[in-house]
Amino acid sequence: MATQHSRSAARVMMAPAVFLLLVWMLVPLILTLWFSTLDYRPMRGTFDCCEGLGNYTRFVTSSAFLSSVVTTLQLVGGVLLITVIGGILLANLLDQPIWGQGVVRILVIAPFFVMPTVSALVWKNMFMNPVNGLFAHLFKALGLQPIDWLSQAPLFSIILIVSWQWLPFATLILLTAIQSLDSEQMEAAEMDGAGPISRFYHMTLPHLARSITVVVLIQTIFLLSIFAEIYVTTGGAFGTRTLTYLVYQRVIESQNVGLGSAGGIIAVILANIVALVLMRVVGKNLDA
Amino acid sequence: MGRITLDKVRKAFGDVEVIPPLDLRIEDGEFVVFVGPSGCGKSTLLRLIAGLEDVTDGEIRIDGTDATRLSPSKRGLAMVFQSYALYPHMSVRKNIAFPLKMAGLSQDQIDAKVDGAAKVLNLDSYLDRRPGQLSGGQRQRVAIGRAIVREPSAFLFDEPLSNLDAALRVGMRLEISELHKRLATTMIYVTHDQVEAMTMADKIVVLNAGRIEQVGSPLDLYRAPRNVFVAGFIGSPKMNLITGPEAAKHNAQTIGIRPEHLAVTDGSGTWTGKVGVSEHLGSDTFFHVTVEGFETPLTVRAGGEVSLHYGDTIHLTPDPAQLHRFDAQGLRIA
Repeated sequence: MATQHSRSAARVMMAPAVFLLLVWMLVPLILTLWFSTLDYRPMRGTFDCCEGLGNYTRFVTSSAFLSSVVTTLQLVGGVLLITVIGGILLANLLDQPIWGQGVVRILVIAPFFVMPTVSALVWKNMFMNPVNGLFAHLFKALGLQPIDWLSQAPLFSIILIVSWQWLPFATLILLTAIQSLDSEQMEAAEMDGAGPISRFYHMTLPHLARSITVVVLIQTIFLLSIFAEIYVTTGGAFGTRTLTYLVYQRVIESQNVGLGSAGGIIAVILANIVALVLMRVVGKNLDA
Repeated sequence: MGRITLDKVRKAFGDVEVIPPLDLRIEDGEFVVFVGPSGCGKSTLLRLIAGLEDVTDGEIRIDGTDATRLSPSKRGLAMVFQSYALYPHMSVRKNIAFPLKMAGLSQDQIDAKVDGAAKVLNLDSYLDRRPGQLSGGQRQRVAIGRAIVREPSAFLFDEPLSNLDAALRVGMRLEISELHKRLATTMIYVTHDQVEAMTMADKIVVLNAGRIEQVGSPLDLYRAPRNVFVAGFIGSPKMNLITGPEAAKHNAQTIGIRPEHLAVTDGSGTWTGKVGVSEHLGSDTFFHVTVEGFETPLTVRAGGEVSLHYGDTIHLTPDPAQLHRFDAQGLRIA
């Protein structure tokens, strides 16, 4: 956009799209902010103004709040840990020349295309069911007592399900990164006396740093709002109530829109804090 | 020590034989250049010696011991790659220190050696920079630095100058030759540039389609090319190769005469032709001359101040002592 004229023309032509996006984003946000200051309980017919910050203090001081934040962080952290480590290992394996490489790579991506609700149902009924699940059969075959996964290790089970969905994403991004690693660099390291493990540690890992950062940042954004997997499996019971799920319960189960909206705003703020911390910790990998 | 012997070494990728069985002896302290057109297998041969490719058949001995199945790091060789292959996430210091760190040296020893290498290669002021912040020539020096700290029994260079501009290339050529004189270590150098081969080598190995065409000192190859391929490949500009009735006069299939051995004679000469394009280099002038009955134009070297123009008639006389004759198989007739 070189000239004054083309700049202003561009501005005029972009205006409708910008306006639409602003409306799209701002209207729900402002509505939520407004609701969060009301005593709005539709089933009781209350729609009273001027709660002030009452909803916020009530949401934060409730006994469920702190544990839900901790649960959220555990869920996000656990999934990140499994997908990043698993992704690096899988990407390394898939980078090896194997027969049927193309088919294998497509199969690896497949879980990413399965809808969260479906995959949670499949895991719940086909794998983790204490009577008929495949895990139960496996345990019995080994002469062990089957575990009722979703009540004995509920959070871990959900972490497992979500990791299964996100592992392909991490693998795919890390695989493309590994493929861009200069083979002469690896050969140079080999001639310099680096064995496979030190080559991995000194060459592959630093090369992957940027992609790992991208995986962590993108996954965090999506993992903070995990909902379907919890809804389908435990329904928020047994310490699997995340912040997202708590907001859902306040709005739908308690029918308290005001309180839920306050929780929603708090969730947005917390998510931003997490994002800021992450950018500080891993974001420097994105420069240079 | 760095004596490398190749005994009937053969390399095939699947059914494709890239290097037919080949014998070669490289003496300790020699500067050997593998030269040939692209795809002639010279890089593959170097990688076989380095251990980066597996030998299909035959034996590679380094200092008398069989190294055919040894891993690259155990062979005591250091390699400088065409792309330099520096580690982008490490500083220059860490790059050079990497092989020493892998060898498990103490930090004091590493520092001493890195500083020594940096001094030799004028890298002192760049030690804390990343490779991305260096120019091509500096990167090249870092790559060489990483090779020399290991004190290998031989250095392997894989077209190390092909990514540099012309002026830098001349400078680095001198630096590498200088380094060889000072270290007196065996060096094997792969290039497609015959000027590099002529200026740097103690011994040139001319390769074509995986076969060794001739091995010898630069001047041996220049004076007595064993066949038409070597004759055409060594020397710049190329030797004029003439076939047909003119060659038959000398009882040969092909005769060759270098541009510098053709004299421009006044009035009359052995051959008469028309001047085509001329290239003025200041010190020399190269004329492309079309001669009636010759398939390709002749290249002639004349002094810098000769004034002949496009379309002028020119008389040429070859130096009979410098005329090369080749038989129907392309081999030299003594």
